[in-house]
Amino acid sequence: METVFGIAVDGVAYGMILFIISVGLSVTLGLMRVVNLAHGAFAMAAGYVASYAAQTMGLPYGLALVAAVLLTVVATLPLEKLLYRRIYGSANELRQVLLTIGLTFVIVAGINYLFGPTLKRIPLPEMLTGTLDLGPKSIPTHRAFVIGMGAATILALWWLLERTSFGIRLRAAVDDPAMAAALGIRTERLYMATFALGTGLAAMGGVLGAELLPLEPYYAIRYIVLFLAVVAVGGAGSIFGSAAAALTLGVVDTAGKYLIPNFGEFFFYAALILILFRWPHGFFQGRAA
Amino acid sequence: MTAVESDKMTTNTSTLPHSRPALPRIVTDAMPVVVMAVGGLAAFWLFPNDLGLLTRILAAALFVMSLDMVLGYCGIATLGHAAMFGTGAYAAGIVAVNWVSDPLALLAVGGVAGGLIALATGALILHARGLTLLMLTIAVAQIVQEVANKARDWTGGSDGLSGIDPAPVLGLFRFDLYGRTSYLFALAVLIVGFLVARRIVRSPCGLACRGVREEPLRIAALGGSPRRYLVSMYAVAGVFAGIAGALTAITSGIVGLDSVGFSWSAEAMIMLVLGGTGRLYGAVIGTVAFMAIHHILASTDPFHWMLFIGLFLMGIVLFLPGGIASLSARVLPLVKGGR
Repeated sequence: METVFGIAVDGVAYGMILFIISVGLSVTLGLMRVVNLAHGAFAMAAGYVASYAAQTMGLPYGLALVAAVLLTVVATLPLEKLLYRRIYGSANELRQVLLTIGLTFVIVAGINYLFGPTLKRIPLPEMLTGTLDLGPKSIPTHRAFVIGMGAATILALWWLLERTSFGIRLRAAVDDPAMAAALGIRTERLYMATFALGTGLAAMGGVLGAELLPLEPYYAIRYIVLFLAVVAVGGAGSIFGSAAAALTLGVVDTAGKYLIPNFGEFFFYAALILILFRWPHGFFQGRAA
Repeated sequence: MTAVESDKMTTNTSTLPHSRPALPRIVTDAMPVVVMAVGGLAAFWLFPNDLGLLTRILAAALFVMSLDMVLGYCGIATLGHAAMFGTGAYAAGIVAVNWVSDPLALLAVGGVAGGLIALATGALILHARGLTLLMLTIAVAQIVQEVANKARDWTGGSDGLSGIDPAPVLGLFRFDLYGRTSYLFALAVLIVGFLVARRIVRSPCGLACRGVREEPLRIAALGGSPRRYLVSMYAVAGVFAGIAGALTAITSGIVGLDSVGFSWSAEAMIMLVLGGTGRLYGAVIGTVAFMAIHHILASTDPFHWMLFIGLFLMGIVLFLPGGIASLSARVLPLVKGGR
């Protein structure tokens, strides 16, 4: 029973981190049809910025988080204009993969040059280090905080996409970019805003998840397969799909590691294959990527 | 249907980038082989101390060529091609350690193993497209790697499989300490592999695969089964990848888990696109360029190498979408125009 509870808490927290990072990838893939392999690199860069802000400059955790997210978004917006805009559209899959792999390599090399190859930590504030009592059980506060942030992200994104005019325009552009443009929606700006949203989510996930996905220069390459798996299982462009996929894969991976630690990632990939058999377009019938 | 279809495809080939009408076909056909043989032998004399690296490059070129058959000719985006390479390498390695040691038989074993795993997994996953397919290929390769890691008794797990001691080639040429036989053997296998692969991609089935890449719906409308074409070409490419794996196992004497790894698949894809897809010899150019630069830069600091290859990749995508092999097609008109 203890194990089941532990797996549930850790799995859900892990899944929430996967969700926060992957949903940004999912949205950009759904709208711009770009397989952005540098997404993990953006998350990693934000984690390093937060670590620097908190450790070297002594900023409090919350401020470091906000600073890292803002800085990452500001730093990556020119990339959208210079690089990504040239490779939008599903016809360029191979070019997208290569350009963004190249960008990832450059970011990895740059991070290593600036911060060195050692593992970096983001010190947690005291508020988040203890445990939280929930009746008979208690869970680590950091896990509870991550789960709460994940749930808040789901709600905020749902509100943004379903209840605001930005969301309406964005959904219109996802369904039919040419028609949306003809109706006077400025798709270029929309793409830019969506890219910023995606990067911001990656940055937030990178900072919040630093305890679960440790920060080191190969982070960007090591975990991108994980994020892509979530998007493929969830269906590109679907928020609830991403959430369901991230939680499923998070719990499966955690359960596999707790119960049969010798088999490493075997269960994760086996689950991935089985799910993609049953739902080749993802849980929520995502738009063809 | 094949008659109609291959007829249609043949007429289309005249517009494909690899055919240059200026020279007679026999010359353009022979050129890559001659360049490979002359360049290979020249490297043999020029760098007698780097034959180990050069042999690795030749085996990798064969692997990247097999990826070109899948990616360049069928349009299957895969990041799990190392599954076939690794299976071939392990199969040849295990057979060499336990039973036979004739190098040609080992190549055959590797080819069969690679082809079988490609056939089995291809039949399972090739219904998918795009990102889903990409993820499925990655997942297959990761599972193969995990199996290789767990079957310690056979594969040596993370220690790697060692003790491969091949018999002389054809009973005549002993594998020497300096790697001369290894190198020449690998060069011969690569050139023969190139000729066979070119024959295959020009066969009706190869042309049909190109048709599937361009317009699967139309192939289906003409009565062909796109999926069957893709699976058969995937299996054929698996044979080549398996032979490349076996060649690596024979010439280097060891097989490690990284031969099934994700990064090996990704590197192969990078090499292919550097050289240019859909040409076969582009795979050779890309592999030589990538591995030679890697050898020079990574010996100082792996991160210098990542910075360089990252910038290089971005430059290729933005300014030279056809890869290095397309340079000639781009430069030639300029030269002619200037005359």
